Amino acid sequence: MSTLTEPARAAGREQPAARNGPWRTLRRSFDRHWYAWAMVLPALAVLTVVVGYPLGRGVWLSLTDATESNMGGTYGVNKIPATYGFTGLANYLDVLSGAEGHFYPRLAWTVIWTVACVTLHYGIGLGLAMLLNRAMRWRSLYRVLLILPWAVPAFVAAFAWRLLFNSESGLINAVLNGLGMNGLNWLGDPFLQKVSVVAVNVWLGVPFMMLAILGGLQAIPRELHESAEMDGASPWQRFRYVTLPGLRSVSSTVILLGTIWTFNQFPVIYLVIGRNAGADTDILATYAFKLAFADVRDYAMSATYGVIILSMLLVFAGAYRRALKRQEAVL
Amino acid sequence: MTATHALRERSRRSSIALHLTVIAACLCAVIPIAWVLYVSLRGPDGWKDPASFDGGLSLTNFRYVVADTAFPRWFLNSVIVAGLTTVIAVLISASAGYAASRLRFPGRAPLMWLFLVTQMFPIAVLIVPLYTTFSTLGLIDSALGLVLAYCSTAVPLCAWLMKGYFDTIPTEIDEAGMVDGLTPFGTFFRLVLPLARPGLAVAGFYAFITAWGEVAFATAFLSSDKQKTLATGLQGFVGQHTSEWGALTAASVLIAIPAAAVFFYAQRHLVTGLTAGGTKG
Repeated sequence: MSTLTEPARAAGREQPAARNGPWRTLRRSFDRHWYAWAMVLPALAVLTVVVGYPLGRGVWLSLTDATESNMGGTYGVNKIPATYGFTGLANYLDVLSGAEGHFYPRLAWTVIWTVACVTLHYGIGLGLAMLLNRAMRWRSLYRVLLILPWAVPAFVAAFAWRLLFNSESGLINAVLNGLGMNGLNWLGDPFLQKVSVVAVNVWLGVPFMMLAILGGLQAIPRELHESAEMDGASPWQRFRYVTLPGLRSVSSTVILLGTIWTFNQFPVIYLVIGRNAGADTDILATYAFKLAFADVRDYAMSATYGVIILSMLLVFAGAYRRALKRQEAVL
Repeated sequence: MTATHALRERSRRSSIALHLTVIAACLCAVIPIAWVLYVSLRGPDGWKDPASFDGGLSLTNFRYVVADTAFPRWFLNSVIVAGLTTVIAVLISASAGYAASRLRFPGRAPLMWLFLVTQMFPIAVLIVPLYTTFSTLGLIDSALGLVLAYCSTAVPLCAWLMKGYFDTIPTEIDEAGMVDGLTPFGTFFRLVLPLARPGLAVAGFYAFITAWGEVAFATAFLSSDKQKTLATGLQGFVGQHTSEWGALTAASVLIAIPAAAVFFYAQRHLVTGLTAGGTKG
């Protein structure tokens, strides 16, 4: 990399040196790195405006009692001043102490939802990738068909499944009736609602996992498998000691990504169940959305939920990375 | 020896089991899509009793959606919003990705961290402040506001993907450019950027489909029928008081066909693009 900094250093020498210490280091650092910063600047500026500022404002809102009614604003010629005020950590206390009443049930379901979806995504994706990694006839046809759900936008898939789950004319109940069973009220009963949304999300997410794992499988050198076979390893042992370690880097990435995506998943739950349903099926992300945009618009509480969700994800991602590093050290 | 033997002549029974398993999985993947296609061809009321074949197949739903609803308008809005997001995000993030991949400068580590962390942002944390800010600026219910909101996820994602792609381009190319007297900007624009076209395509594609399929911001921000994108417009077909499944399925088919076509063309690059950025932190 040193070659890259050469012209800048030359440019730096032409400049008269500044007098005092910290200013001088800053100046020299600017001379050396200004082009790197210039390249980063546009992205940083946009992120400051659309992420940094809203984040700061979101944290501020979570410390107030802002709702739709006291936000103020301009209505035609009338300008109504904002009347909400600072309430400190009251919102957080309200939510985290359980007094608000929705946080812990929503959190429990969010965790179940995330674990169930990611486990099924990864398990089914791994299974299918292992099958597709074998030599067999029509493999490329199978591959294309299995990827199909990924090509469908999530909101389209959500509507498609709502049609399938329809209790009177849906395909699923038609099949159940055909088998002599009673149709179920998939989108009405709270428990079945949860089963339904997990099914839809698994359907949507498996193809990505499958493709990612398939890429990882194909990157494992064939010789490793062959020499393990020579040494008399059973298929299970080969899977456990050759395949899984070979997939480590792909797996750790897709599981982290999958967890974050699932935790923040919005369209599936919002569109499959619809907005008129009770809060039972809402995960934290959809619940926070409803707080801000349904019925009484409680901006402060929604912002509080947002900040809490973000903190949890950051803690999780940090712990996950640290656990991976430790595992690497052991290996 | 036994192993190669087993590989060549997998027993007939296990071969059948293998195919049956894969076929079952394929059916699960395909049936929901095939069902939507079927219902869309069954006329406006065909969804109520799909098993009976009275009405036969017709294109009534498609004609209705294209001619008598705001569907073409929504489609156009989606193309505009997703297209603008893609162009802005790729333009802005390419140089940042390059700097993060090649140059060692103070602030590089926090910047990479920032790109990664913003992808974890739940919609809930940004949507309320953006909504309240945009409503004072008059950016609610406009394509521009939505594009700005989408940049909050698209820019870091593209920067991250581009960084991953630049990492795969040999640094000798940059060094050759420097030796020939190009500035770092010249090296980037004249040598590396043209080589990174596949990476740009993958990043652009991701930016496009995330914006194309986004529901939460669009639902919260867009209220007038004229401004809606597909993800919000379609909700009106099967709202509280309507259930126009015929129109909805026809619209779904029209949306899914171009998306699927591009997807199959690009899919091989998509996974590697995403995981490459992630593994080389």
